[in-house]
Amino acid sequence: MTHNPKTLFDKIWEKHLVDENEGQPSILYVDLHMIHEVTSPQAFEGLRLAQRKVRRPDLTVAVADHAIPTWKGRNTISDPIAKQQVETLTKNCDEFGITLYDMYHENQGIVHVIGPDLGLTQPGKIIVCGDSHTSTNGAFGSFAIGIGTSEVEHVLATQTLRQFKPKTMNIHIEGSLPNGVTAKDLILGIIKHIGISGAVGHAIEYTGDAITNLSMEGRMTVCNMSIEAGGRAGMIAPDNKTINYLENKPFAPKGKDFEIAKKEWLDLRTDVGAKYDTKIIIDSNELEPFVTWGTNPGMVAPITGKIPNPKHTVDEDEKSSISKALEYMGLKPDTKIQDIQIDRVFIGSCTNSRIEDLEAAAAIVKNKKINPNVSAMVVPGSTLVKKIAEEKGLDKIFQDAGFEWREAGCSMCLGMNPDILSPKERCASTSNRNFEGRQGKDGRTHLVSPEMAAAAAISGHFIDIREL
Amino acid sequence: MKSINKHNGKVVPLDMVNIDTDQIIPKQFLKRIERTGFGKYLFYDWRFKSDGSINKDFILNQEKYKNCSILVTGDNFGSGSSREHAPWALNDYGIEIIIAPSFADIFYNNCFQNGILPIKLDKKIVKEIISKSKNENGYNLNIDLDSQLIWDDSEEISIKFDIEKFRKYCLLNGLDDIGLTLKKENKIQQFESTRSLTGGVVKK
Repeated sequence: MTHNPKTLFDKIWEKHLVDENEGQPSILYVDLHMIHEVTSPQAFEGLRLAQRKVRRPDLTVAVADHAIPTWKGRNTISDPIAKQQVETLTKNCDEFGITLYDMYHENQGIVHVIGPDLGLTQPGKIIVCGDSHTSTNGAFGSFAIGIGTSEVEHVLATQTLRQFKPKTMNIHIEGSLPNGVTAKDLILGIIKHIGISGAVGHAIEYTGDAITNLSMEGRMTVCNMSIEAGGRAGMIAPDNKTINYLENKPFAPKGKDFEIAKKEWLDLRTDVGAKYDTKIIIDSNELEPFVTWGTNPGMVAPITGKIPNPKHTVDEDEKSSISKALEYMGLKPDTKIQDIQIDRVFIGSCTNSRIEDLEAAAAIVKNKKINPNVSAMVVPGSTLVKKIAEEKGLDKIFQDAGFEWREAGCSMCLGMNPDILSPKERCASTSNRNFEGRQGKDGRTHLVSPEMAAAAAISGHFIDIREL
Repeated sequence: MKSINKHNGKVVPLDMVNIDTDQIIPKQFLKRIERTGFGKYLFYDWRFKSDGSINKDFILNQEKYKNCSILVTGDNFGSGSSREHAPWALNDYGIEIIIAPSFADIFYNNCFQNGILPIKLDKKIVKEIISKSKNENGYNLNIDLDSQLIWDDSEEISIKFDIEKFRKYCLLNGLDDIGLTLKKENKIQQFESTRSLTGGVVKK
């Protein structure tokens, strides 16, 4: 046993300390700062007003993803306010010398998809972005967190971040995932287990066979939704899968440098005997394909289950939350999940839009047609994912089944672009948030895995993919 | 940043748990590139009906709570998206203090960047404040950040609250984080000179 055993998180934290003083937030060096059009304009304006520069444009990468349209061959942004926002990003990147992947660039995509895609995301890095789903990058054993716009400005000006040290939490999954249970079900199950504020104040490290057996794509899905459990970050220690994924990626080190990096990366793990502030153990046998029924990601039921009845709840806050959610969702207590009819299907978002997600969904819809009452779309996470999917013929499979095949972007995950639900439309969505109005005012979102979304598109209601 | 020390203001109760930033400021308003003017969009989908008319049932629209500056609410306020538009909207609307049993991390951080004081109090006290502000007309609270005290005019409620010393110091003095960090320029330079290969540098 190491003399002073440390967690993966502690090791990365210590390696990046620029300054620390008792009672004050530590100053940490940031290795990679990703920015997008929504949370950066006010930060650049702040820099300008204070006559400050971007300290390390070489460690900063910008991409347009949230407000851009996804229709095929997109060549303009019709919404004048969104257009101005995207143009402002271009102008700011020009002025401050930052690499930008605009909506015409081959490297464009959802910010949390392109970091890994391009090999910008690497183990041991501190990665920040003005976006809560930055936690996705933790799948590579980096400390990756979402920050506010004032902090974006701070990082632009100083390449550092002021942070109070979070506590550490280990979520250990006992056993391997049962058949038909995906990474999305795993994270929904975790959120169901610990609650949507269960990990507030903590950096989570996920461990156990169910985690290490996941592909990098699956690990990203899990880390992505750490924020939905309240976590500051989600992390998974790097292993050979991580190394193999990164080798030959455009921005990963090459040749001898890669060998040196590889050795350092594989050493990045929690020492035997290291203590976490909080430890949660989850039995993989309690996991099933899950569907959210309410208006936060903790309102989760197994596909074999029913909508809860607020009558059976003692806690008054919970009772009123359930009633309010059911009213918004237009659902009755005790309805079987499999009896819920859907109108729309959205396969995409930084949670589930990578090549593996699209392959899994395509396998289910192949040679089938979507239900006539359903309209469905696939929005690849990046232009690169889209290209690979097309090389594999997935676009054809989806389109033959009746899905729309779109350009890359955040799209209907948050509906900042024209892709939104109409009031009361019910959507099976592979995204991460089912908040009121998230996908469009009065729209009703059910979060599911890509496989479950694909199966629901075919049948018109939720079905158990284990019975296909 | 503006400083905060003493505050006296009217309380509005939002008696719900887990209010997320999508509710505080819906996404259709995130396309603006300004930092100001978000107040009219605060809780937009709750304040306004689909046809744009005022939803009189929503508590912020009730005459009794006009000109409120203290929001009291349930657990895990500000969960979800990191959008700083949420505290910008609250601040622009006139909210200077938020009281809840717990807050989501990023939102909590963002408040301090914008001169809003988020106060964590015991759930029982929060419930009591909620009930008083529902039952009384013009229920006010007084806050003194320096002494970390909060009390109502009748002094039936009078308690001390916790806050990290450094956050308090910054709020009291309206300090700018960037200015503070830039004073550590030599330490940043020193760190940069020793960064390892796996710190990773983005190639052009």
